[in-house]
Amino acid sequence: MAKQATRITVNGKSHARVVEARLTLADFLRHELGLTGTHLGCEHGVCGACTVLLDGRSARSCLMFAVQANGCEITTVEGLSPNGELSVLQQAFMDNHGLQCGFCTPGMLITLTELLRENADPSEQDVREALTGNLCRCTGYAGIVKAALDAARQTRDGSGA
Amino acid sequence: MKPAPFDYHAPRQLKDAAELLASLPNARILAGGQSLVPMMNFRYVIADHLIDLGHVEDLRGIAVIDGHLRMGAMMRQHELESSPEVARHCPLLAEALRHVGHRQTRNRGTIGGSLAHADPAAELPAVCLASDAVLHLASVRGLRAVAFRDFPVGYMATALAPDEMIAAVELPIWRLGHGHGFHEFARRHGDFALAGAAALLDIGAGGVVRRAALALFGVAERPVRVDAAEAALLGKAIDRAAIRSAAAAAWLIEPISDIHAGGDYRRHLAQVLSARALGDAARRAGVEI
Repeated sequence: MAKQATRITVNGKSHARVVEARLTLADFLRHELGLTGTHLGCEHGVCGACTVLLDGRSARSCLMFAVQANGCEITTVEGLSPNGELSVLQQAFMDNHGLQCGFCTPGMLITLTELLRENADPSEQDVREALTGNLCRCTGYAGIVKAALDAARQTRDGSGA
Repeated sequence: MKPAPFDYHAPRQLKDAAELLASLPNARILAGGQSLVPMMNFRYVIADHLIDLGHVEDLRGIAVIDGHLRMGAMMRQHELESSPEVARHCPLLAEALRHVGHRQTRNRGTIGGSLAHADPAAELPAVCLASDAVLHLASVRGLRAVAFRDFPVGYMATALAPDEMIAAVELPIWRLGHGHGFHEFARRHGDFALAGAAALLDIGAGGVVRRAALALFGVAERPVRVDAAEAALLGKAIDRAAIRSAAAAAWLIEPISDIHAGGDYRRHLAQVLSARALGDAARRAGVEI
């Protein structure tokens, strides 16, 4: 039973694999499916770069085994722009200098996608609190927070997609 | 940074989970995995078998029963954080949950997992200690109830037998209108607290304290109740001076020193945070302070 049959829906597409139980969800996404948008920084749940949506809620994919996600729906950063067009949040990151090296960006985008879905009008404090689980080592938080608030405003105004 | 190989088991019944835990060698329970999996990735923990409780329905649910709020051990921290029952009956728990890890870890982390992990700096054990919680532990021998006061027995060590798991947590509900306070000091929101305090106050006519509870965490090898502070408050009219002198009892603790903070600093924090938590509790119980 070290190997298990696992079926996971990722960005709307169902994938069936027989995987080792110890394979993390992050490694499943990157190595089995080739979805390398999900980044691995620390591999012990501190940096947040590997954050994905699991049945719609943010989770660290390095702290889960793929077998635990059997039957679940995952959204990765690739799933935020299914048609190749940037989401409102992604465009706001570009417009507001919300990324430098880009390593933390997938996790930031996923966490903020969840926040903005739950809270259409977050305060700066709400955004900063949501981002405590995502580290940026370029010290780019000011731009990231600005991008999140900008995306929220655009979505409320209906000027975004 | 990859865990050692293990066999994975995903029982659907509590009875099956208990049988697996009793029969498999070197087996570990997987609840939310937000503490266990990092330890496995570091290979601090090498298990031959992992028993995932994520599909055991018996371990879920929240209900008010006989003056207690009963929560299944596998309730996710975010579920409790957004639960109207928790907000209404155990607001101390609701407030403490906002300090537990980060939103991504609360989405996965469970109440039972946090209590069984028994990190001395964790918030939920302190809430359980302050609230006189009762834990229901399950094994092939059935269920047994343990007062939370007797549950942590040392540094990250609990009263759980090797074949037992937490099935449910019961928090006695305090009278409606009681006050609560929760303060911790961490370098960054969501980090482990250097010290923290959880307080409950029931205040009657004339501002007289009818019931008081104060628990500290992050200061010793396990959370501690400050009995002397509670005794100092009981039966007295609450005011700033009463809170100050009660919080002074936090000086009596013997805090740990480590790379994060020295014992003297933790003792100082314990006193300051106790006063703040008691002050919030008094204000929320309707006393102007």
